[in-house]
Amino acid sequence: MSAQATAPAAETGRAAQGRRGRPPVSEGARAERRLAFLLCTPAVLVMVAVTAYPIVYAIWLSLQRYDLRFPGDRTFIGLTNYVTVLSSGYWWNAFAVTVIITVISVAIEFVIGLVLALVMHRTIVGRGLTRTVVLIPYGIVTVVAAFSWQFAWTPDTGYLANLLPEGSAPLTDQVSAISVIILAEVWKTTPFMALLLLAGLALVPDDLLKAAQVDGAGPWQRLTRIILPMMKPAILVALLFRTLDAFRIFDNIYILTDGSNGTGSVSILGYNNLFRAFNLGIGSAISVLIFIAVALIAFLFIKLFGAAAPGSEPERR
Amino acid sequence: MADIVLDHVTKRYPDGTVAANDINVEIADGEFIILVGPSGCGKSTVLNMIAGLEDISDGELRIGGNRMNERAPKDRDIAMVFQSYALYPHMTVRENMAFPLKIAKMDKAEINRKVEETAMILDLSQHLDRKPANMSGGQRQRVAMGRAIVRNPKAFLMDEPLSNLDAKLRVQMRTMVAKLQQRLSTTTVYVTHDQTEAMTLGDRIVVMRGGVVQQIGSPQHLYDHPANLFVAGFIGSPAMNFLPARLENGALRTALGDLALSDELRRTLEDADAPREAIAGIRPEDFEDAALVEDHVRARGSVFTAEVDVLESMGSDKFVYFKIEGEQAMSEDLADLAADAGTADVPESAGHLVTRFAATSVATEGKRCEVWVDTDKIQVFDPSTGANLTIPRPAPAPSSASRGISATESG
Amino acid sequence: MAIGQARSTGDKSKWAVANTVVLLYALIPVLWILSLSFKPASSITDGNFIPREWTLENYAQVFQVDLFTSALRNSIGIAIIATVLAVIIGTMAAYAVARLRFPGKKLLIGVSLLIAMFPPISLVSPLFDIWRGIGLFDTWPGLIIPYITFALPLAIYTLSAFFREIPWELEKAAKMDGATPLQAFRSVIVPLAAPGVFTTAILVFIFCWNDFLFAISLTSTSASQTATVAIANFTGASEFAEPTGSIAAAAVLLTIPIIVFVLFFQRRIVAGLTSGAVKG
Repeated sequence: MSAQATAPAAETGRAAQGRRGRPPVSEGARAERRLAFLLCTPAVLVMVAVTAYPIVYAIWLSLQRYDLRFPGDRTFIGLTNYVTVLSSGYWWNAFAVTVIITVISVAIEFVIGLVLALVMHRTIVGRGLTRTVVLIPYGIVTVVAAFSWQFAWTPDTGYLANLLPEGSAPLTDQVSAISVIILAEVWKTTPFMALLLLAGLALVPDDLLKAAQVDGAGPWQRLTRIILPMMKPAILVALLFRTLDAFRIFDNIYILTDGSNGTGSVSILGYNNLFRAFNLGIGSAISVLIFIAVALIAFLFIKLFGAAAPGSEPERR
Repeated sequence: MADIVLDHVTKRYPDGTVAANDINVEIADGEFIILVGPSGCGKSTVLNMIAGLEDISDGELRIGGNRMNERAPKDRDIAMVFQSYALYPHMTVRENMAFPLKIAKMDKAEINRKVEETAMILDLSQHLDRKPANMSGGQRQRVAMGRAIVRNPKAFLMDEPLSNLDAKLRVQMRTMVAKLQQRLSTTTVYVTHDQTEAMTLGDRIVVMRGGVVQQIGSPQHLYDHPANLFVAGFIGSPAMNFLPARLENGALRTALGDLALSDELRRTLEDADAPREAIAGIRPEDFEDAALVEDHVRARGSVFTAEVDVLESMGSDKFVYFKIEGEQAMSEDLADLAADAGTADVPESAGHLVTRFAATSVATEGKRCEVWVDTDKIQVFDPSTGANLTIPRPAPAPSSASRGISATESG
Repeated sequence: MAIGQARSTGDKSKWAVANTVVLLYALIPVLWILSLSFKPASSITDGNFIPREWTLENYAQVFQVDLFTSALRNSIGIAIIATVLAVIIGTMAAYAVARLRFPGKKLLIGVSLLIAMFPPISLVSPLFDIWRGIGLFDTWPGLIIPYITFALPLAIYTLSAFFREIPWELEKAAKMDGATPLQAFRSVIVPLAAPGVFTTAILVFIFCWNDFLFAISLTSTSASQTATVAIANFTGASEFAEPTGSIAAAAVLLTIPIIVFVLFFQRRIVAGLTSGAVKG
């Protein structure tokens, strides 16, 4: 064989070997494909039927005047609903509230979550107990937790409200009410953040930290120079998840203030238009706008920060 | 029991890469054949095609005379032992071994009898009710073998079954595998990247590289008459020394000096129309401390002097390393070998001459030493094709030729 | 785990303090609602963290409210059915995603990712209209279907992460041992995947149990109203009674299954929550 002819052959051999992890299984790839389609069909059907069709339907509804109190008045009005929503102070107030709650609560959650994760990772006493206990806020029904906070801040009834000066009612003032909402949100979801970060933390090899320690890095340097950079993928996934989740905030606000005193999020605004004003057209327009906002956030995270969306590398084992 | 025939078998992936190219091997009934080569050479692909775990793109696979290409693995009646053992972790040893029989709907009493019998052979009887997680590597390996044996299949396929074991255990298990194969005399195809395993286990060895079969033959034949530089460098440990050589006046001019060639060798080279610039290959044991060589033997070869760089005493003999001046032998095959061994980027790994002296040699590090070379054993290779020019053609039929070898030398 | 030096008792007590802080953080709101649920109406507004008098009156009252008992029944039934269905459907899809090669896999993963990020409020308006049209409004299936949909991405991620950890060679081995792909799935993959499936079921159940937005939007009567909605709408046993105590008692009841899960399956839940996110 000539030297020139063998080189590509050797390379192709190596390339083929590299993919040996998932060889095309015999019985024919066809049988495998058939089985795969069979297994996926129910999931795809359910997911498409309950999301794709309705979201298209929502877009269709948002282009109509459709008020359930005046069902006879249903007509196609183009983008008028969007103009109405986007030119209204209610939408922008709700949007601002949502963004503020999202940004502040995710930021706080990240810091506390990281501390919590470090405690859980490094603790030498009561490791199991700590890990069990932090799951309680995660698992507890949001509505229940929200009631706990509501009662805690209700004058007379609450142990926390009683710590405040006489006559103050934190849930009736915009700033303090939003603070309470953020507190409730942070309490409930920090453990989830902490667990995601803990999993990322577990991927930082201990030897690396020992090496850094030997190289003279202090605890703070070890955290910022080694731990955090190595955890970047886990951090981005955690932030992406939590940001999207926080942007949809509904339960906490519904129970704590019901959106009064300018504390409503976009989800609350949408709900009120749909089920209190019975205006399906406007409500749908708000729904579509929220959908677009969420899609934009996800897009920004994935494109700008390079967050690997979970499942985006399915080939990896 | 059956023979396995690979008839122009090719594996091509949809993206165009060819993992195995025109493989022709006839494996006789009861034969123990080894597929060996560096990682990425296509040996596992070939094994998977025999198993039915990968489709065959071209050519035909016959087991016991029947075409197998379209059959599912379960219909081929062959058993496989995996590198990771692939024991079912939720089943006990007994259940693991019984699994293929249960699938085959054999009746309970029969299954039990076979499992116990197999466990006896493999010395696993007292472990039958344990789970794999609680067993040592060697025990797990035996369970994996047991699961293959218990079915009494037409053939065994083994995919690097020993490479997860530590060195000592590997040697023990190697012996066990060899004995077992002899006892069962079931056709066995064994994949490994370890040339020592290949040399010690196989009736015959198939050396592969880049999806192409380089040579097929008995271990000794491959060692003595490697078809090309690649096989020469791959088989044998420590590896064969390669030196750039110039053919002049019936002698080889090398960095070691002029090495006179025997008449026979000279004739063969002339027949092969050897180029003037060649590569000489000499195995470490074909050198000797000149002081230990008797005169009449000494006359047969050549002697040169060099400074001992490193000396490793193995007790039974000594490996003596010399530093050689001058350029190094260059060829595609050698580059591939170095890349596989991972020595390509180790400084000074090349340019060393490795020799094997008798233990009585008094060579000392840093001192000069007279070295004798057995010039009869020198192999001469064509640097551009890698072909061994010292093999008289037509190639002498090795003892196993009757089994139908067709070493492909493609280009 | 810990870096370097042997731990002194001083270190131990530092960690003990840190853990106690974590403990208090997680437990105080829960203990507070528990405390409220045991306070009699007379002292419910005293603002004490620990009740001065204890009573079970609130619990007795909660069970006298028909709306709550039916809501509890709805919650349990709907969550269990949705969980079982989501896990079955999710297991099938996750197996395909983790193990089989087929065109459109990326698309499937993309779609489920999209749904994981989907704002439920965006679906509420069209579903409300569609469900009224086809008679699913205020029925069990009317809630079960969206629950399955939103639980599926969670189920598929978690399960495919678990599936990926099962050594691929085992399936090859099963095939070599004569099993058909279906047999290989049933006798090798399913038993190995059972822990993952169970974990996923817990996570999905918690998700369904927790939902509020769909429940309040797509139900209107005791036929399908779930416990979360019932609590939010509580007005007390009688018209004039202060509902705080009853709400607290109902809230505690809703929390019990969660506490049980957390206590018994802590390890599994942590593994499930983090598997999809980190290993991708």
